[in-house]
Amino acid sequence: MAKLRTRKHEVVLNRSAGGDAGITVILAIFGLFMFIPMYYTVIQSFKPLHELFYFPPRFYVVNPTLENYALLFNLMGDSWVPFSRYIFNTVLISVGGTFGNLVLSSIAAYALAKIDFPGGKRIFWLIRTSLMFSATVGGIVNFITMSALGWFDTYWAVIVPAWCSSLGLYLMKQFMESNISDAVLESARLDGASELRTFWSIAMPMVKPGWLTLIVYSFQGLWNSGSSSFIYSEQLKSLNYAIGQILAGGIVRQGAGCASTVIMMMVPIIVFVVSQSNIIETMGSSGMKD
Amino acid sequence: MSKNTEKHVKTRREMTKAEWTWFLVKRNKVAYFMVAPFFILFFIFTIIPVVLSLGISFTEYNMLEFPKFIFLDNYVTLFLDDDLFITALKNSVIYAVATAPASYIISFAVAWFINELAPKIRAVVTLIFYAPSIAGNAYLIWTILFSSDTYGWANAVLMKMGIIDQPILWFQTEQYVWPLCIMVALWTSLGTSFLSFIAGLQGIDKSLFEAGSIDGINNRWQELWYITLPSMKPQLLFGAMMSVTGSWGGGVIAGLAGSPTVNYVAYTLGHHMGDYSARMEIGYTSALSFIMFVLMIGSNMLVTKFIAKLGE
Repeated sequence: MAKLRTRKHEVVLNRSAGGDAGITVILAIFGLFMFIPMYYTVIQSFKPLHELFYFPPRFYVVNPTLENYALLFNLMGDSWVPFSRYIFNTVLISVGGTFGNLVLSSIAAYALAKIDFPGGKRIFWLIRTSLMFSATVGGIVNFITMSALGWFDTYWAVIVPAWCSSLGLYLMKQFMESNISDAVLESARLDGASELRTFWSIAMPMVKPGWLTLIVYSFQGLWNSGSSSFIYSEQLKSLNYAIGQILAGGIVRQGAGCASTVIMMMVPIIVFVVSQSNIIETMGSSGMKD
Repeated sequence: MSKNTEKHVKTRREMTKAEWTWFLVKRNKVAYFMVAPFFILFFIFTIIPVVLSLGISFTEYNMLEFPKFIFLDNYVTLFLDDDLFITALKNSVIYAVATAPASYIISFAVAWFINELAPKIRAVVTLIFYAPSIAGNAYLIWTILFSSDTYGWANAVLMKMGIIDQPILWFQTEQYVWPLCIMVALWTSLGTSFLSFIAGLQGIDKSLFEAGSIDGINNRWQELWYITLPSMKPQLLFGAMMSVTGSWGGGVIAGLAGSPTVNYVAYTLGHHMGDYSARMEIGYTSALSFIMFVLMIGSNMLVTKFIAKLGE
């Protein structure tokens, strides 16, 4: 019988050393492809102006400086709309949209996952099907809807549609279905707890990873949202939009552009790092059962 | 008490199907109240737009005058008299066919490769691969790496090596726009499906592999084919849906190559829709939206059917 391979003294099955090596090499190459642009963004943001002009460009910085970050606030501070206003807009939209989405989606997900009522399956089918097309499809009609509601050029035009984003509800419902035992809910109901009370004090604490994931997803999407076609006032536009404008300024603005990109991407990345294990746990039940 | 005995309560057997359903509706009315706030908004902002865009696509409408019914004229114009639409349609299909399967396979392969790493290392590697998809505008760094002057990395390296003596205008040159856009699209595409695959792989019952080994599986590829893939079909379906839907967006193109890209080489349906909605041709744009909807749903149905059939 062939000798069993071990890793850290544990027997591993079906793994050849050659395969392990090959996979490591592929992963390393692909990992570099993913990593270098991110790394380069950070490096560029710390370069003083004259280092940005080096030929060929360097992947390290000799005299790191924070002047690009300072410039961002000074430069944009003099402009008509200060940089801080774009940050405020993005924070407001992200927090407002996420909060509403969390509340509405989790209540609805609970009912769809744990109460058997006529039409429930059909409603969920509609929501699941909506994952098969993107918001672009509804753009033109929503343009008319917004104009009818008088929401043009208000935060509402961005916040309210975010409340009914379906991916969060889908993930939450799947997670609730496989992580809340019916017996616990049944005993709460027998004790006379109302359905809303059962939802709030029994079910919700049991699906913490679910709502963390929903928050992260909703927040990421809104945080990264660019210019909305429903908003044309400069002072209501998002951070993402502002950064696009700065980066379009060419080489001289490159440092400031990269600095703003770093500020922008730090937030979703930190949020993900903090909640990674919860998100992976939620994704465990994300699968589609037919 | 007496009221109950006077009024005969029907048993399930005595009820018609409609009566029974109505009874269930009344008994579960709280469920409807719980779903309603989400569903009403969802209906207004997601379902109605699809239905209405089909309706409006049969009209000529500019938001000022009352819509004029012209039935299929918009579609006839699109397919027979709008060369740009054909270009856009062709490009969108190419883009979807190039990015969806590639991003799907890469997401799965990377998730599978890193599955056996120690948990701490796996978390770091996951972050490296996932970060570009959540970093918002960060993909614009590619316009700096491939900028049209000598300060761009690609030009600098090629010039230093003496391969070129003039900087290349990467995003303004026809032959480079497509490959670059697709490469960047792939760079940002290890998103939700990737996480779903990681979770699915973690969730597979380890004893299946031991049993498989006893049954004669003797390398990782057989293990992948006979155990891993069949055990995570639900995640594979969900991931496919995410990848396919994402691939029709053409999201990064406008940011990288502008709109409407040099000589329309990377001009997609998204560009075309933006163009006509800016001209307030609501009817025509609605026809475009509806075509987009059909393409997205159609390709998703096809792909999920295909994956569901696999290995049966």
